[in-house]
Amino acid sequence: MNPGEPGPRPGPLSAAPLAELRGRGIVPGVVEAEALVTHDAISGFGGIDVATGTVIEPRHELFGVCFTGKVLVFPGAKGSSGWSGYFQSTRLMGTGPAAMVFNVLTTKAVLGAIVTRVPTVVEATPDPLDVIRTGDLVRVDGDTGVVTLLRRAVSDVAPTTP
Amino acid sequence: MFLTDEEKGMRDGAEGEAVVAAMDLLIRYGEALGAERLVETRNVAGTMTQPSPAKQKLVEEGGWARAYAVINLDCDRDIEIPRMKVPTCQLQHGFGPDAAGLTGYSPQFIELQGSAESYYSERGVNILATCTPYQVGNLPVRGEHVAWMESSAVVYANSVLGARTNCEGGASTGAASLTGRIPYWGNHLTENRFASHLVQADVPIDSFQEWGMFGYFVGEQVEEARPAVIGDLGQPDLADLKHFGAATATSGGVELYHIPGITPEAPSLDAAFGGRAAPAPIRYGRREREWVYETLNARGTSTDVDFVLLGCPHASLDQVARIAFLLEDRRLHPGTELWVMTPGALRTMADRNGYTRTIERAGGRVLTDSCPAMSKAAPPGTRVFATDSAKQAHYLPAILGIEAWFGTLDECIDAAVTGTWRGGLR
Repeated sequence: MNPGEPGPRPGPLSAAPLAELRGRGIVPGVVEAEALVTHDAISGFGGIDVATGTVIEPRHELFGVCFTGKVLVFPGAKGSSGWSGYFQSTRLMGTGPAAMVFNVLTTKAVLGAIVTRVPTVVEATPDPLDVIRTGDLVRVDGDTGVVTLLRRAVSDVAPTTP
Repeated sequence: MFLTDEEKGMRDGAEGEAVVAAMDLLIRYGEALGAERLVETRNVAGTMTQPSPAKQKLVEEGGWARAYAVINLDCDRDIEIPRMKVPTCQLQHGFGPDAAGLTGYSPQFIELQGSAESYYSERGVNILATCTPYQVGNLPVRGEHVAWMESSAVVYANSVLGARTNCEGGASTGAASLTGRIPYWGNHLTENRFASHLVQADVPIDSFQEWGMFGYFVGEQVEEARPAVIGDLGQPDLADLKHFGAATATSGGVELYHIPGITPEAPSLDAAFGGRAAPAPIRYGRREREWVYETLNARGTSTDVDFVLLGCPHASLDQVARIAFLLEDRRLHPGTELWVMTPGALRTMADRNGYTRTIERAGGRVLTDSCPAMSKAAPPGTRVFATDSAKQAHYLPAILGIEAWFGTLDECIDAAVTGTWRGGLR
């Protein structure tokens, strides 16, 4: 899959959406892709490797996991103010996520989403972290602020680590 | 978002294309935050000169104007970059000429940064080249609205100085420099500056190391909230609070804390909470202190120390003097390097006072501009490093894949002289 492109689409979506989470779109655009979910806040500087689009913080739940092309569902940003610059670099290097969904509004994460230029929904209810699981297929609509759960992951296996 | 007539003018082109791009970014950013309006600022601390592969490519394509447009304004149009509208400084960036050849850090990057310094100096950017602008003359006053990035500087400005800033980024500071505006949101509003959490130290917080460890615990506990800290606290100095704040912004995202009786917006515990009742305190005792120590030392297995790193955030002149004092008439272990990172302006003072000579005579180095974490580079072959900084102990293992020991300055100097880590929690 090319970095930055949405994940593989399923066949015609005949079934009704499994869940709709309503929030606020802060970066426009619509994307459908696989979700990568973490309950840990993400660090930019010292937290991700921009060349590979991978989380590198040793104690992080996603340590070693690549977010390129995924809908990154996370609580919010932590750590250095380099956050937005690091995620902007993933856009410039072609390793960025396909979309962002987070509920803790900080300047770091908001500016980061804007300069990563991927559809982003914030403050969605019910809480995306309670509903969406890694591997689920979701649609993020940054225009309307709706996140739609389209298909559950085939199994609940943990994401592979390199 | 409400815009004044002057701001509408900037948006519509009254001050040129770059200002249009800056206003466009500020409007997108302010609306995403839910800000009601912008606020005027005359103090911006951002980053433009730091090299990166992505930036190098942009400079090759269209010079520094293109790099500024894309990275600092999120704009793909070809625009000219005018002189900064309001006072702006460059924070820490990559290694400079003083570190050339000491690591695998790219010489092209050192050259690129030199050309950036020329370009941005001409446009009015002060190249302070430090994560601690407040140590070298950029001291906002209480209540002043500023637009700073660098998490350790932001938490210092808000908490110790009582200035008002959010944790900005490269694009928002880039836009603020050209407009003198930043979204009026978050820490800029009085009602958002009161404490939300209470943390009580039950063990003495009376040294540089203890303030750093306590800060690491506070950040871990409160994440991005606003703690007031009380308890068995000694009188902190600049270096202690520099370390404390940096640690809270490393394990968590603290941008503002209060120490009742010490920091300016909290003459009392009651004032810290804005008259509201303080919540039950989170306790920091012996066990919590041990947990922090073990966490910061969890990446250390070999006691053979190759590299000792001091000055994160950049060392104060007093810290440099103390290091020089401890190294007088001593020699570093042949297999161990010692670096002290300090702002260029303080390096000049360290030279003048003979501290640099003492440190260099022992085999150490006093360096400026950057740090191993920012530049992603340490002395070649480094496997195990030691530091007195909770922030550097947290980040460097992830960034460089090396082992870390965290301890006191005395323990770090001992490791530099013997090549062996003999630290321990006392």
